[in-house]
Amino acid sequence: MYEQMVKSRYYEDQMVEVYTEGKAPVFNIGAGPVPGEMHLSTGQEPAAVGICVHLTKDDTVTAPHRPHHHAIAKGVDLKKMTAEIFGKETGLGKGKGGHMHLFDPDVKFSCGGIVAAGIPHAAGAALASKMQGRDWVAVAFIGEGAANAGAFHESLNLAALWNLPLIVVVEDNSYGISVPKASSTAVASNDLRAAAYGISGAYVKGNDPIAMYKASEEAVARARAGQGPTIIEIETHRYLGHFQGDPELYRDKAEVPGLRQLDPILKLRNMLLEAEQVSEKEIEKIEKQAKKIVDEAYQFARDSKYPEPESALKDVFTS
Amino acid sequence: METAKKRILTGNKAMAEAIALEMERDPSVFVLGEDIGNYGGIFGSTQGLIEKFGAQRVLDTPISETAFIGAAIGAAAEGMRPVAELMFVDFFGVCMDQIYNHMAKIPYMSGGNVQLPMVLMTAVGGGYNDAAQHSQTLYATFGHMPGMKVVAPSTPYDLKGMMISAIRDDNPVLFMFHKSLQGLGWMEQLDVSAAHVPEEAYTVPLDKAKVVREGKDVTIVGVQMMTHYAVEAAERLAKEGIDAEVIDLRSIAPIDKDTILQSVKKTHRLFVVDEDYKSYGMTAEITAIVTEEVFYDLEAPPRRLANPDVPIPYSRPLEDFVIPNVERIYEQVKALMDEE
Repeated sequence: MYEQMVKSRYYEDQMVEVYTEGKAPVFNIGAGPVPGEMHLSTGQEPAAVGICVHLTKDDTVTAPHRPHHHAIAKGVDLKKMTAEIFGKETGLGKGKGGHMHLFDPDVKFSCGGIVAAGIPHAAGAALASKMQGRDWVAVAFIGEGAANAGAFHESLNLAALWNLPLIVVVEDNSYGISVPKASSTAVASNDLRAAAYGISGAYVKGNDPIAMYKASEEAVARARAGQGPTIIEIETHRYLGHFQGDPELYRDKAEVPGLRQLDPILKLRNMLLEAEQVSEKEIEKIEKQAKKIVDEAYQFARDSKYPEPESALKDVFTS
Repeated sequence: METAKKRILTGNKAMAEAIALEMERDPSVFVLGEDIGNYGGIFGSTQGLIEKFGAQRVLDTPISETAFIGAAIGAAAEGMRPVAELMFVDFFGVCMDQIYNHMAKIPYMSGGNVQLPMVLMTAVGGGYNDAAQHSQTLYATFGHMPGMKVVAPSTPYDLKGMMISAIRDDNPVLFMFHKSLQGLGWMEQLDVSAAHVPEEAYTVPLDKAKVVREGKDVTIVGVQMMTHYAVEAAERLAKEGIDAEVIDLRSIAPIDKDTILQSVKKTHRLFVVDEDYKSYGMTAEITAIVTEEVFYDLEAPPRRLANPDVPIPYSRPLEDFVIPNVERIYEQVKALMDEE
């Protein structure tokens, strides 16, 4: 878990650097090696690693528009993922998807740019699992803003009705773009909405990876045993704006530095050392290894070629 | 002398039989939608399936189009072959995100790495006074957006063969069936809604138009009800010495340009008729294709007849005024023949 969190954090830190290349001095969204919108998940790592550690490559994950930490935790091919974000032909989607549209069928990961739309897809994967007589589960990650969309309610009703192995993980980072949760959501936390569908719900406080691990362990076991869906909401924090370049006029400048002092990666690092589960040396080895993998992925993406322009006309239909 | 007795099926039974044959052949095929179980589909497209295959493979859903069409997408990505029914095409507004942002785009955005072998079938068509929210065809709306095959069969034979092709296709297929061509007891029963359908499984291609009446003077292109009206109009025109060729488009996307262009090269005149709205519609598309590609083969400007740009009205004389009919096709083709 620690390794995945470090990998994810380092990946996003690198992305901040790469994304600004070529965009300065005037911000030009389409310029530089990584064009388009960029939504980073720095600070939200516990939500992804806490549950993905219980999953295998046969379990399905759908993620929203802020997908890198989920993809990394699910084991998506990091080189191909980075190449896709760079728009290269070696990318997961041969450069046709980009950072919000990553698909890696080898580990059953997908994401998308439409809020809440991945929940029914996960429900469908869960339905397929049940119809095929498997014990595979499906996890849909969403932001807390997505819990107010029709797709959330329709899918959970369906999943409860059909008793599907579906887990919806709501990442409550307090903001739907600029709108605070209190202004968008009529309940204090979205796990309370589980009662409306007669399913289980859990709330994880303090962006705590260990608490997330425990809540997820129960939910995954329940789903695998055919005992139906769960909603897990986790209190988490995004240190960066909704997108890179977001002026963040909607929040106090002191908020993020305060949150960074409670950083989940540092907390877990200290905890592991205090519990003497690992030595400082081992921790450093893990960190070094994670960074190496990330650096290699970025290098692979930079070295890869752009697709032939005419390849834009391919892949509308498969034969 | 022995006469072979040919089995006659209505459109809905031909469709349901196609689905049943595929469900027998392939355990990954299943059906989901509103009232598709014990009711057998509001337009009979799933009649008898639940008795044969049970509620585990014929899933009645709540009125949650976003959830169940999205679930069909998720299941298709896992290798299942779902057939989902959107009861009326007019209801697309509540679930269009799943259709055009996900069903149609995921295979492309994944660089072809994710296949979605699914069918979304839906009822289209007016002519029975059900007004603006239950009578549209919307061929052009779906044909406009890339990433899904869009078909609209006109006969029981094609309904069966094209449904089998649609289920076996690895791409998402939007399968439009016309209510009036289902042969249901509670609608006006048209002769063309029942015909001989072979018992075995067979396929009809999803990308080919069909010449349903050969002629040498003018090409009429239509789809579903308009094809049948065009054939009737052509019979009347024949009595006056006008020999019309009638093409049943069958596939909205991809569109079969070749069949249309070959016909126009032979007849030198084009008439297009559509039950959808006129502006930005199928009639405009076909007219544009013909003028772009074989303009100098034309002896007269192409003509088109479609619904005027108003929502479909309720009252009988109003709806009759809006939707094209045999009489209007006949008159306008005659007028086209008088042009030089």
